[in-house]
Amino acid sequence: MSNVPSDLKYAKSHEWIRVSGDTATVGITDHAQAELTDIVFVELPAVGRKVKAGEACAVVESVKTASDIYSPVSGEITAVNSAVVDNPALVNSEPNTGGWFYKIKPSNAAELGALLSPEDYKKQIGG
Amino acid sequence: MLKRTSLYAAHQKLGGKLIEFGGWEMPVQYTSITDEHLAVRNAAGIFDISHMGEVTVSGAGAVEFLNRTLTNDIRKLTSGQGQYTLMCNEGGGVIDDLYAYQLSDGVYFLVINASRIADDVAWLQSQAAKFSGELKLTDASHQYAAVAVQGPRVPEFINAVIPGASISAKRVNAVTDLKKNEVGGFHFEHGGVIVSRTGYTGEDGFEIVGSDEAIQHVWNKVLEMGAPYGLKPAGLGARDTLRTEVCYPLYGHELDENTTPIEAGVGFFVSLDKGEFNGRAVLAEQKANGTKKKLVAFKMTEKSAPPRPHYPIWANGASVGEVVSGTQSPSLNLGIGMGYVPPEFAKPDTKIEIEIRGKRFAAAVVKKPVYRKV
Repeated sequence: MSNVPSDLKYAKSHEWIRVSGDTATVGITDHAQAELTDIVFVELPAVGRKVKAGEACAVVESVKTASDIYSPVSGEITAVNSAVVDNPALVNSEPNTGGWFYKIKPSNAAELGALLSPEDYKKQIGG
Repeated sequence: MLKRTSLYAAHQKLGGKLIEFGGWEMPVQYTSITDEHLAVRNAAGIFDISHMGEVTVSGAGAVEFLNRTLTNDIRKLTSGQGQYTLMCNEGGGVIDDLYAYQLSDGVYFLVINASRIADDVAWLQSQAAKFSGELKLTDASHQYAAVAVQGPRVPEFINAVIPGASISAKRVNAVTDLKKNEVGGFHFEHGGVIVSRTGYTGEDGFEIVGSDEAIQHVWNKVLEMGAPYGLKPAGLGARDTLRTEVCYPLYGHELDENTTPIEAGVGFFVSLDKGEFNGRAVLAEQKANGTKKKLVAFKMTEKSAPPRPHYPIWANGASVGEVVSGTQSPSLNLGIGMGYVPPEFAKPDTKIEIEIRGKRFAAAVVKKPVYRKV
């Protein structure tokens, strides 16, 4: 049973976003890490890069495959989590907290409103 | 519609994550590829290999037919022995790699790759049609299920799973008396089982073939009796990382119809001195004069994402080849793989680069196998 915290918003492509003031933190969901399993490598975007909502901007690799991570919103990358680069297993053990990927300054507030609520995301993943 | 093995319900019960492989719906993992991989390296694991194909060849002409059709010399076998061998086309390209067992005088059992059953059987039948000797060739793939029980602790419990002495092929008092590549028939529920001391992991272990009912029973008994020894069910993900570490070829990756056994580094299993066989002229020429490409194993020497099939291999500033298998090695905890390069870059310690998403990362050619048991 996946942990879907109620204070986050979700993208259909299994990223979460936590908004705090004018920046937001992005990671992948507990469901996503459980599906991927054994994360062995994380590639993060450069700080300062401008990304569009739905743009592939990070890569997470399990033993078996490489998967793109899509930005839930448009904006500028303001920070990345070097801890997951050094220890990719953190994405498996703490997907919603210590395993975050990057911080972004959203450029279009309307995009946040279009993301899934915890309830809708729970429905999407069937539980 | 994907085919399912008789252990499908067992995989579902264990929470196996199912994927398509060679037309079959198979478990890629149950809990974690890394955990399953390490269980096999350090203790024991059981794999469903029911998708693999079985062909029986018998009759007075069987030896001559197999020696014309396969690369290794079938005459090296006595009853109860098996050998790794390859089946080539006239150009020396690999149609499949397989295990051939002699069950008794003139009776052979071939274990072939799941994804190649239709091609192999069609090729064998076309070869048999041109063959004048007495021969019976049967695709028995539908009759059999199979499991591989692999890992250093397997000998501690396998005799309890399949008790007693063998009754056919190699005569032994217990399963663990079989030596590497030996095969024996044993009494078991639902018509007995064929057990060989073989595998695809680089570990000690056994492959067990039998009826659907017999293999379901073997599966349950192994899970129960192996559990105290650390046995875990293992999926195709771990099977692939285990075989990649020990550099065993996988058809469709290291081997295909445009690649010869000499290029793939399995020339040891090509007996040029046994007489005429399919592909012999090309293979003899390559063995004498060398090949344009060679399969190498490599390790990443710089932190990078894991290498994957089709990533370009660079050397001396030029793209010289392609990765055919690549993964993060769970035993070594670094990126490893195999790929084809021109022979001048095939020597161990040659510095190469692997291109990953447009960026090149340092790697080095290493002697096979990449992983060696200490």
